[in-house]
Amino acid sequence: MKQKPIYRNINHLKGWLYLLPALLFLGVFLVYPLIDVFIYSVEEGYNSASQTYFGIGTYNYSYVLHDPYFLQAVKNTFLLVIITVPLSTGIALLISVGLHSVKPLRELFQTVYFLPYVTNTLAVGLVFMILFKKTAYSDGFVNLIIRWFGGSSVDFIDGPYWAKMFVLCFYTIWVVMPFKILILTSALASVNQDYYQAAQVDGTPRLRIFLRITLPMISPMIFYLVITGFIGAFKAYSDAVALFGTNLNAAGMNTIVGYVYDMLYGDSGGYPSYAAAAAILLFAIVLTITTINLLASDKKAGL
Amino acid sequence: MEVILQNLTKTYPGRGKKRGEAVTAVRDFTFRIPDGTLIGLLGPSGCGKSTTLNLISGLTKPTSGRIFFGEDDVTDLPPELRGIGLVFQNYALYPHLTVQQNILFPLENRKGKDRLSKTDMVKKAMEVARLVQIQELMDRKPGELSGGQQQRVAIARALVKMPRVLLLDEPLSNLDARLRLQTREEIRRIQKETGITTIFVTHDQEEAMSISDKIVVMNGGVVMQTGSPQEVYDNPENLFVARFLGNPPINVFKGQVTDHRLYIGHEAVLPLSGTRSPQVPSGEVYVGIRPEGFLPDPNGPFTCQQKSVEVMGRDITVVSANPASVNPTVRSVIDGEHMADVRKPVVRFSLRPGKVFLFDKQTEQRIPFLPVPITDGGLR
Repeated sequence: MKQKPIYRNINHLKGWLYLLPALLFLGVFLVYPLIDVFIYSVEEGYNSASQTYFGIGTYNYSYVLHDPYFLQAVKNTFLLVIITVPLSTGIALLISVGLHSVKPLRELFQTVYFLPYVTNTLAVGLVFMILFKKTAYSDGFVNLIIRWFGGSSVDFIDGPYWAKMFVLCFYTIWVVMPFKILILTSALASVNQDYYQAAQVDGTPRLRIFLRITLPMISPMIFYLVITGFIGAFKAYSDAVALFGTNLNAAGMNTIVGYVYDMLYGDSGGYPSYAAAAAILLFAIVLTITTINLLASDKKAGL
Repeated sequence: MEVILQNLTKTYPGRGKKRGEAVTAVRDFTFRIPDGTLIGLLGPSGCGKSTTLNLISGLTKPTSGRIFFGEDDVTDLPPELRGIGLVFQNYALYPHLTVQQNILFPLENRKGKDRLSKTDMVKKAMEVARLVQIQELMDRKPGELSGGQQQRVAIARALVKMPRVLLLDEPLSNLDARLRLQTREEIRRIQKETGITTIFVTHDQEEAMSISDKIVVMNGGVVMQTGSPQEVYDNPENLFVARFLGNPPINVFKGQVTDHRLYIGHEAVLPLSGTRSPQVPSGEVYVGIRPEGFLPDPNGPFTCQQKSVEVMGRDITVVSANPASVNPTVRSVIDGEHMADVRKPVVRFSLRPGKVFLFDKQTEQRIPFLPVPITDGGLR
């Protein structure tokens, strides 16, 4: 057996020393809570007052998975993700391309599109109330327009499920759009003009320029937006609260994060084990989707 | 394809503080480029050579003047209808496409009856790839190629659609010295093989002189001189051209013409008289002397203080000083056999009259004089 030179061990120690602050912070604030949540999720019959539990098992998971409120929340969250991520990315791409190709008033438009980003979520929620909510005095601005065109008014806040989902998606898209536009316009601006001139000299049609040059060039940014969009939409909660109030289960508009919150602190709350199980399930879902996304983008980049 | 530029002018409106003052990038450019020639547009940065190239390509619209490709007036045509191939300084190869896809790109843009079948396109791409010798690299991505290979791919992409005119913007500036030499010969060969009228832009006089059939020297948006490289080198029309061409650069002195004799400092270095010679008016002039215009001569009229001698092998360069010199040092390139004559503190030269140019002190235009052969006696 060869003896390891001692200086190598010292270097190893030094390396760990440099890593220590980051490891400590990540460990305390990221890794430990994750492990703790997992432990909570498998402790059956946990009582937070006495800090006791009956045993270890999967009961919490099976409870959560059979809870109609949770299933409703999962359905709502998935609908929200599937509708808003592609739509918001697509619309943001269209607007960015538009912004990129107009010269006059570009800065004004950029500011206008960026406003939702700097506006408080709840303030935006209030604006949406005015747009959509039926009160004793008015039916809301949108209903006004619907009736203008001869339709019958719809209660978007307390009405049918599809109407509420529509408002939630509309709101989510509107809120996440500015960030996406910001990222995409800078991605578009960073594409070297020579590529476009080269394409122009070769008589490339505009659509082909967009599909064969612009899109591939900014595709890393689009993938970034899709991944962060998925994660963000899965974590949606405050948007729903801003629109439908805190009793989301009653409104049938709860999200997974909302369910976790309700299980912990809500009126029907006080069940950290169920909350932990739901959180772990959400974690598993997000991890799976993100992994699939990354694999897909790697495959695309490797073409 | 013959290319004719007629009184081409391009002005840009001033911006910011200079609003209202127009900036002229190219002024009244008139030039005829014969079919099948290789033309070098040469000048320092900001002289308008790239603007001229963009005007020919159609990426920039001229303020006034016309451009003809043969009989066709292409002034108002967009780039894609002019039938040009353009190679960008940074090549502008699409990084996400393979070499073959890059070369195919211009062909795939075509529609209707101009569109070739897929197999014909690939055949054509292979043809140009062979021409520029990159056929083994067809499946690589541009990022996996060396600078020289990328350059060839860019030329192949420009050639694949059989352009009427090929335009190259600083084609060699992104290559290292060795590759530059190789690539410029390559450009020359490709141009000769295809016979396509080619115009390239460069700030490197050596590059332009070595491969061009004709060069156009520009400065400040104005054409200074056109002609074959040798013509322009041997007969610069003004001080700018004389100084811009040649390596080592021409030596410039403050001189004086008195009684048909040229004085540098207090030394009468050259007789300007002779019955055939046009009269050179007396007065102050700039004197340009090419480095090879100095002949070491123990009895020569022109003295310099030797500072160092650089041995280059076949030739030697004498670096010396002269109080009348405009350049900090006087560089003369002489034959190696004169080594003994120049290895002393004060070197005497006689001058080859054909390598001496006089320029008006104010206009910096060439003042012609017929050289008096040295054997005529001259000053001695």
